[in-house]
Amino acid sequence: MKDIILKAENISKQYRLGQVGTGTLSHDLNRWWHQIRGKENPYLKIGDTNDRSTKGNSDYVWALQDINFEVERGEVLGIIGKNGAGKSTLLKILSKVTAPTTGTIKSRGRIASLLEVGTGFNGEMTGRENIFLNGAILGMTKKEIASKLDEIIEFSGCERYIDTPVKRYSSGMTVRLAFAVAAFLEPEILVIDEVLAVGDAEFQKKAIGKMQDISKGEGRTVLFVSHNMAAVKSLCTRGIVMEHGKVVFDGGIEGALNSYLINFDSFNSKKIFEIEDRSGNGKTLFYDFFIENKYGNRIDKILTGDSINLVFILKVNEESKRINLGFSLHNQYEDILTYLYSDFQDICFTGNRQDLLRVSCKINEFPLNDGNIIIKGRIEVDGVESDWLREPIAIIDIENGDFYGTGRVSELNTPFLIKGIWELSKEL
Amino acid sequence: MNNTDNKDWLFEITPKNNFFSLNFKEIWQYRDLLFLFVKRDVITVYKQTVLGPLWYLIQPLFTSVTFTIIFNNVAGINTGTIPPFLFNLAGITVWNYFTACLNGTSDTFKANASIFGKVYFPRIITPLSVVISNLIKFGIQFLIFIVFYIFYYFKGYNLVLNIYVLFFPVLIAVMGILGLGLGMLISSMVTKYRDFSYLVTFGIQLLMYLSAVMYPMALIKDKLPKFGWLVEYNPLAYIIETSRYMLLNTGEISVLGLSYTLLVTIAVFFIGLLIFNKTEKSFIDTV
Repeated sequence: MKDIILKAENISKQYRLGQVGTGTLSHDLNRWWHQIRGKENPYLKIGDTNDRSTKGNSDYVWALQDINFEVERGEVLGIIGKNGAGKSTLLKILSKVTAPTTGTIKSRGRIASLLEVGTGFNGEMTGRENIFLNGAILGMTKKEIASKLDEIIEFSGCERYIDTPVKRYSSGMTVRLAFAVAAFLEPEILVIDEVLAVGDAEFQKKAIGKMQDISKGEGRTVLFVSHNMAAVKSLCTRGIVMEHGKVVFDGGIEGALNSYLINFDSFNSKKIFEIEDRSGNGKTLFYDFFIENKYGNRIDKILTGDSINLVFILKVNEESKRINLGFSLHNQYEDILTYLYSDFQDICFTGNRQDLLRVSCKINEFPLNDGNIIIKGRIEVDGVESDWLREPIAIIDIENGDFYGTGRVSELNTPFLIKGIWELSKEL
Repeated sequence: MNNTDNKDWLFEITPKNNFFSLNFKEIWQYRDLLFLFVKRDVITVYKQTVLGPLWYLIQPLFTSVTFTIIFNNVAGINTGTIPPFLFNLAGITVWNYFTACLNGTSDTFKANASIFGKVYFPRIITPLSVVISNLIKFGIQFLIFIVFYIFYYFKGYNLVLNIYVLFFPVLIAVMGILGLGLGMLISSMVTKYRDFSYLVTFGIQLLMYLSAVMYPMALIKDKLPKFGWLVEYNPLAYIIETSRYMLLNTGEISVLGLSYTLLVTIAVFFIGLLIFNKTEKSFIDTV
């Protein structure tokens, strides 16, 4: 028997783009005119899917479209997806901050959200008074708060300042206090969005520990949204992957993480000149890309420590005097690792109309370690953006190689490797 | 048994609210929040000031002095046997409560957007807390009125309390509800059209002149018979006039006028509540 505590049915959310102002009144009147004649809202039919990079035709956009899922009691559900996939909108609806445009959510328990800590803190009031106020805003009764007051103060580590107005607190202390209040909430369903990014390292450890207690030890139902894949993996049992406002995967957390990553691979099959999602004036464009080893042979995986050539084929549409080519390397979660523009090294290229240029960039002893890297690129001509690809140029496998030249392979999977020149001399 | 059926759900989140869906149970659950909001409003207003709560008293006193000089001494409005200062103080104290309620509630959504955008609680708690914390402020201001009342009494003025003064709290409640209703209405509209917040700022000032604050109602009918109806259709004028009748035994009490006031108040309150409920669900997308 499944004990469903939360059920979302056909949740959709439509937003109007642009400014609220001119046109709002006329749309309102039109909507109202349709309503009194018993007709459907005319603006519900139109609307593009939520893809922020392509230019849509309509002023309305669906931030969420037909979201369906169920959550069982005691489950820790991770919601993952790129920025703008609709995760936060979904959480806002779940925590009743905004209403869905269509669909319903049914719940068997109180939902409390930690969308952002410190909501409603009043600088003029003392830490103690703010604990009560903030707790009440989050849905606790005064009695509940009073019974946990000592624990909250202790957890926050702000004991000494507890009777000082919060405006005298450092920002770190404010966040600690706020998180402490939120951590002692006891709703049946807890919604958490990116709160792990607060405070210093010591407090973060404490926060993650508390989060684990909440989700594992106390058997609470938790919906957890984060970019921190390591945290998601260790906390969640099930995952939902969202893309452009739709659920594209729902299942075990391993599967969810994999499917989140596989989504990037699909870009790889596209030819670069066919990519449409790009911006710039187009004077010079990326046309093709490949990687060569030191013998000039094309390769599709890099061994750490190899010397490689990144080869960019550029198409010149208009005579360009100062082509400045840049690329960035990202990990599989699209976090940037490093980037390089040719003009950082005072190098620019020249091209005539209709030229196909081959620009290669040799990197000796490639330092990035095991895993996938994503390569993205951008071209400036005469200091103006000429081509910026929003999709990856390539996704490359990196495998452990002979970085040290000793046949020894690094055992820990660190993001990058270094080597040094070791010397010994006698210190007097 | 499979309990995923459509029963025993604790609550549902749907696109639309039912009309007048004032969830009393929920408000009761959040009563501590209401209390804490009131406390916050009261203790933080004059923090880091030297005079502190004395500001509550300074404002009506100086306004009354100014009104007495301008309207009674210069313009020569006659307040009968009542000392003009006391006459004005009564009007201003009551009027202040209304404006404080209206001002405080009319930007509920705009001023609290950052809280409302992150956490759910019954939104009506916020305007309610404004009305209640202003009631406390009104209480303090009313005390100073009593002090001056006693002062003038012992100076030998002929001051008589009216038996109807027992209904004074009811009158104040009606005023609070009217301010709350109007405030909810305006705050909802401000979320989309900022025009209304400008309207309130100067509208309140103009409204004061139509609300019989510094003159008896009979006077306007007497002197400006053409425009007297403006005051007669203003429910606030009846409240102010009646409160003076109760406190100072001056002016007149109009049963018809009061019934009209009550009717308007109830209507405004429910319309305000309706619009407020509609707005609270999705205002965060438009504010």
